[in-house]
Amino acid sequence: MGRYFGKRLLSTIPLLLVISFLVFMFIHMIPGDPARLIAGQDATKADVEVVREQLGLNKPLLVQYGEYMKGLFTGDLGMSIKNGKTVVETIAPRLKPTIMLTISSMIWAALIGIILGIISAVFHGRILDYIGMLIAISGISVPSFWLGLEMMQLFSVKLGMLPTSGLETWQSYILPSLTMGAGIMAVLGRFTRSSMLETMREDYVRTARAKGLKESLVVMRHAFKNSLIEIITVAGLQIGGLLSGSVMAETVFAIPGLGRLLVDSINFRDYKVVQALLLFFAAEYIFINLIVDILYGVINPKVRYD
Amino acid sequence: MSEKLLEVKNLRTEFKRDKSWVTAVNNVSFDINEGEILGLVGESGCGKSVTSLSIMRLLARNSKISNGQVLLKGKNLLEKDNKEIRKIRGREVAMIFQEPMNSLNPCMRVEKQITEAILLHNNFSKEQAHQRAFDVLKSVGIPEPEMTLKSFPHQLSGGMCQRVMIAMAMSCEPELLIADEPTTALDVTIQAQILELMEEIRAKKNTGILMITHDLGVVAEMCNRVVVMYAGRIVEEAPVKELFADSKHPYTQGLIGSVPKLGSGVKSLPSIPGSVPDLSVMPKGCKFAPRCKYAMDICREQEPELHTIDKDGRRRCRCHLLDQNRKEA
Amino acid sequence: MAELKTNNNKEMFATGEELPKAQSKVKEFVKKFVKRKTAVISLIFIIFIILMAVIAPYVVPYAPDQPDYTNLLQGPSTAHIWGTDEFGQDVFSRLMVGGRLSLSCALIATIVGTALGVVLGLIAGFYGGFWDSLIMRCCDVLFAFPDILLAIAVVAIIGQGMVNVMIAVAVFTVPSFARIIRSATLSVKQAPYVEVARSLGCKNSRILFVHVFPGTIQSMIVNFTMRIGTAILAASSLSFLGFGANVTEPDWGAMLSQGRNYLNTAPHMVLFPGILIFLTVLAFNLLGDGLRDTLDPKMN
Repeated sequence: MGRYFGKRLLSTIPLLLVISFLVFMFIHMIPGDPARLIAGQDATKADVEVVREQLGLNKPLLVQYGEYMKGLFTGDLGMSIKNGKTVVETIAPRLKPTIMLTISSMIWAALIGIILGIISAVFHGRILDYIGMLIAISGISVPSFWLGLEMMQLFSVKLGMLPTSGLETWQSYILPSLTMGAGIMAVLGRFTRSSMLETMREDYVRTARAKGLKESLVVMRHAFKNSLIEIITVAGLQIGGLLSGSVMAETVFAIPGLGRLLVDSINFRDYKVVQALLLFFAAEYIFINLIVDILYGVINPKVRYD
Repeated sequence: MSEKLLEVKNLRTEFKRDKSWVTAVNNVSFDINEGEILGLVGESGCGKSVTSLSIMRLLARNSKISNGQVLLKGKNLLEKDNKEIRKIRGREVAMIFQEPMNSLNPCMRVEKQITEAILLHNNFSKEQAHQRAFDVLKSVGIPEPEMTLKSFPHQLSGGMCQRVMIAMAMSCEPELLIADEPTTALDVTIQAQILELMEEIRAKKNTGILMITHDLGVVAEMCNRVVVMYAGRIVEEAPVKELFADSKHPYTQGLIGSVPKLGSGVKSLPSIPGSVPDLSVMPKGCKFAPRCKYAMDICREQEPELHTIDKDGRRRCRCHLLDQNRKEA
Repeated sequence: MAELKTNNNKEMFATGEELPKAQSKVKEFVKKFVKRKTAVISLIFIIFIILMAVIAPYVVPYAPDQPDYTNLLQGPSTAHIWGTDEFGQDVFSRLMVGGRLSLSCALIATIVGTALGVVLGLIAGFYGGFWDSLIMRCCDVLFAFPDILLAIAVVAIIGQGMVNVMIAVAVFTVPSFARIIRSATLSVKQAPYVEVARSLGCKNSRILFVHVFPGTIQSMIVNFTMRIGTAILAASSLSFLGFGANVTEPDWGAMLSQGRNYLNTAPHMVLFPGILIFLTVLAFNLLGDGLRDTLDPKMN
């Protein structure tokens, strides 16, 4: 088992290196002169040179990369040009709202999605199956920002039940996390169903029935427990996507999180912040994938005891 | 002889295929006595497994039992509701399957899988259930029961898995054991051990066994009586010695003829030409007629009846040829 | 048993039955597909939407950019069935004409992304070794930017605007397609008929395009259909964030984004574009589901 984890851990290192290089190159991939772009159209030549100096763009590429990597390890990601704070200072306060939203939407989406999938699988081919899968495919097809806006219109504007923006109270989490979770719920629902349909055809499920177990126990203890290994993998990958998926919900509900910071920074050409956020999201995604893989090993006896 | 343990009467099982019902098991009747091993033989797709699943009421949702009775010590299992049938499954009738590796839950320790059934059907404490699991594992010849109890199925060999399956089936001391091709997926040497074990169980506990197989070697070694099925129907039934010495139905003769005999000097084995007909496009008369070298005109027109052909009613056969000979005699 | 089966097949070839069989494959597919009502309804809806996009400029009641300052932000009425926007432009007319922009953007992006993904997936799956590692590691890198983030990153680099949104959506279609086609290629590669072709001395390129490529078409069609839905969602999301079409253009996402400012007074400006996007994406997904179930009954 230790070897499995070791191998998995090592395999992420080159990936992280390539991604950090790509993200570093990001500023150089922008067509035109980045210094001029950042300084703005009507900046003087001297202004542009100042920006170039500030960003270190006048140095050779390799030196820049070296400094960038050094900065990564020392936590120095440069300055935001928007408000004169460091990039780390800009990002740090934005973490909490996004993480809180991610967790709250993951919880409801996983719960409902898995229940939906199990019900659909158990009632395969009957009306409940069709209803469940219609809900799921709608969740995949609905534009999340529109869903958010419509819920805001109904619950906040018309009924005045829930706040339209911000994250001050627990009620203010409801609509954004519903918006963020709809797609995940749908993906998990569909996946749970197909995985359960497969495991319910397995010989050991028949064995469980032949023992005289109740159908609910057969489904939950024997079929679902085996499907759960796969479901957790898929759910984990979804969490990875959620953090950056908060872009839409944060924009709709004006929540000061990472997603909105990314959009604002792109609009403001605050490239150092964009760079840091892209790296953060990618690293976080890889990291969560790694945890999911390890978790997969822990819960799957075939990996655990080999 | 002892009393009838299981009586299957006129069983008919159908399943849905493309919106129409096809008959997989047609008018099948047989019985098993206590402590007796009945062989159920036939090619794959002849309805053997469907018959066994019908007895246990474990059919998939697209199938139904449309006629007949399954009497276990006189109680009709087909009339029981779901709750009652669950009390019988595992407790009075247990089952073992073809693929022991796939028939055990891969993410559950052996102990849990065995004690699950014990706790379900007995009023045992956890310790008692553990002790019983230990004992049954020991009784099926597992050398280190404690270690096996702690294992996951993938850590055991195929033979060991089948022993665990048998232990699990025997843990509540059922009167009837249904074994669906219990040795097919195993190595030849392991096969013999497993068969020996089942014979031992029968002798010790007086368990009736329904042995489903396509392997006539297994039949010859294990069974007291044999029922031969073809295309969802019984074509012949006989005590095992008589079947091998003097089979009446051309299909049975073909099956026996295709088993290699040591030192017979025959270079190529005779085989039955053609294959089992598709359930939805059955021939009109005798279902075996298209593959039968003795087929007569009447065989293609009219399906023969299953007649008792000896005095004490132990032999049955479904063949026009035989009917004709008997009339002439 | 196996022997018996091959005998049967030989007989069938000898009687020349294989020709009508091959022809009936399409017929059989259509017959099976027609049975799936949701998929058929979806297909009809998609055809209707595409048709509208083509002929809309000639049939809609108002010109999409015709302002009417006496009728600003009006709710649905008989004159304007889906109401008017902040310039008094007819929302229905704008949406129908806007289908041209939104659909063609999604369609072009998906076609480009699919083509690239298929070629890369075929190469990776068929040649294996170095090419496989290279292509798949590149996909891993792209996968590290999940979902919409990759599209946002691309737009952040190349700038905003409709063409760039198309490029972004195409880029984010490539890796998933490459993966799917790679695994399809790997399974086809092991099929007996490919082995036979190789043993007969076929050139690699011939095997790849004549034997392997057709084997991957099924998964390609299904994923292509579903990816169009995803592309519409991604493109409208980018437009909503302000990275896509100019807000004066009648793009579905841009109209929704614009309507957001009038959520209190004119909720229909958000409602109708949203419903249209939702139904269109839903139709593509249901069609994809239907195609998958028809092409591969095992999956059901």
